[in-house]
Amino acid sequence: MKILVCISNVPDTTTKVKFTEGNKSLDTAGIQWVINPWDELSLTRALELKDNPASGVKSVTVAHVGTAASEPTIRKALAIGADEAIRVNAGAADAWYTAFQLAEVIRKEQFDLVLCGIESSDYNGSLVGGMIAEFLGIPNVSAVSSLNIENGKPVMVREIDGGKETVTVPVPCLAVVQKGIAKEPRIASMRGIMTARTKQIKIYEPAPAEPLTEVVSFSKPAPRAACRFIDPENAAELISILQNEAKVI
Amino acid sequence: MSVLVFTENWDRKFKKLSFELVSYARGVADLLNTSVLALSVGPVEDSELMKLGQYGASRIISIDRPELKNLDNQAWAGVIAAVALKEDARVLILSNNNTGKAIAPRLSVKLKAGVGAGVSSLPVSTEPFTVNKRAFSGNALAQTVIRSEMKILTLLQNSYGLCETENRAVIEKSDVQADTGFLKTEVLDVQKQTGKILLTDADIVVSGGRGMKSPDNWGPLVELATLLGGATACSRPVSDEGWRPHEEHTGQTGKIISPNLYIAVGISGATQHLAGVSSSKYIVAINTDKDAPIFEAAQYGIVGDAAKVLPKLVEAVREIKK
Repeated sequence: MKILVCISNVPDTTTKVKFTEGNKSLDTAGIQWVINPWDELSLTRALELKDNPASGVKSVTVAHVGTAASEPTIRKALAIGADEAIRVNAGAADAWYTAFQLAEVIRKEQFDLVLCGIESSDYNGSLVGGMIAEFLGIPNVSAVSSLNIENGKPVMVREIDGGKETVTVPVPCLAVVQKGIAKEPRIASMRGIMTARTKQIKIYEPAPAEPLTEVVSFSKPAPRAACRFIDPENAAELISILQNEAKVI
Repeated sequence: MSVLVFTENWDRKFKKLSFELVSYARGVADLLNTSVLALSVGPVEDSELMKLGQYGASRIISIDRPELKNLDNQAWAGVIAAVALKEDARVLILSNNNTGKAIAPRLSVKLKAGVGAGVSSLPVSTEPFTVNKRAFSGNALAQTVIRSEMKILTLLQNSYGLCETENRAVIEKSDVQADTGFLKTEVLDVQKQTGKILLTDADIVVSGGRGMKSPDNWGPLVELATLLGGATACSRPVSDEGWRPHEEHTGQTGKIISPNLYIAVGISGATQHLAGVSSSKYIVAINTDKDAPIFEAAQYGIVGDAAKVLPKLVEAVREIKK
């Protein structure tokens, strides 16, 4: 079985985001770029499965749509343990465009199981995974918090509103992965970092496609009023305020 | 032309989320001078379907097909897309919940419709069609132009509110069938959460962090949540340690919630945690460290130890509930 993990390159989750050029673009000064947290967990789970010969997983590849500037993030995925990496040489214009490019790569390279994080921490769209599946006409399962492979079939637990379901779909298929899929992201070993340096990243030029959406500007949410402190000895006052002033209880 | 809203049901019933979606769809339809069409999939009775009319749906299309019992993203998207095309829908509205996130991207590709994912307010303009959507995990809004002819919007739960109207709807039974060739999802086991308010539905959430010190100390926190008719949640370290189930984890990589009241107990308020709760209407923080960042996000705060403060709050709530 061949697994593909799609990875996105995002600002470190502790970043205090700022914008430039009249709030038209992200101020990238001083930003540390990382693998999108859900993609990192997906990669970890894929490698855990590969470590277990019973799973039948033979290789784990990562694919990314982005310019050469995001190569350090791809190298990090290789250092963590991905066997191969693919980069589509284009900016990720929107979810539609990105999914279109990844679907093209998957058509050429043929994978049995594709993993995508449930969202990227920058645009929070929760779109790319499901879009890839639809472009390819393959089944997908969303909000997957557990993934195993039993007799060549992926068995997944998905979260639904009000519960969980254990489901399976035939391969080739795609899983949109959320928290719970792996406990902690795997950390690159020194040996992994050394071998990742010399591994070749396969580059594809983008296929012609037009994005459907365009971000024209950013704004920050309105700041909140300063906190009003209540004496801990008189904690009951808080309940009175919530009842009579805020009127939320 | 119409605005089509997909209204999911839970055990044949709608909930606040459904009515909020229809209210929002009504707002969008008013901007476009058109009407709202609600689509229900499943065995929902007419008396329940009629409730959607109260929030502004003019027509309700009900599809009750046995093959659509379980969610199959491909088959469900096929059915919704068929209705959207038949009805010449210009805007499709879904919730940004698990089901909406499962279906919306497939619909987008089927219909070549750009998606505004995670909106919380009406479009800022219809020509060009422009929305503000959640970005950078709640730290920004991205003003996004959707250029495709058909548009899809997914609405953040508890962000828009309810608007009742005098409207009455008509119900139509649709014979749209699912393409059974696409029914690939086999459900092996179901574990339903029963008797508890869903975290994402709750108006009040009481949440604990590492400042709770031990999983054995959750008693008063759960009691406070229960007395307030709310749900319990926790921070990431707490779920990572296995003190609480990971379904309770709120934050950037966990659940994103926007209750009316979020009470954070023993949570320092790291950026990643705030990303999951910052759209709560009111945040109350209880923490021993007066410099904890949670107090910058909170409107009300108590500097104190959870073990001492929580029993006092429980007592005070008991008094007002008498």
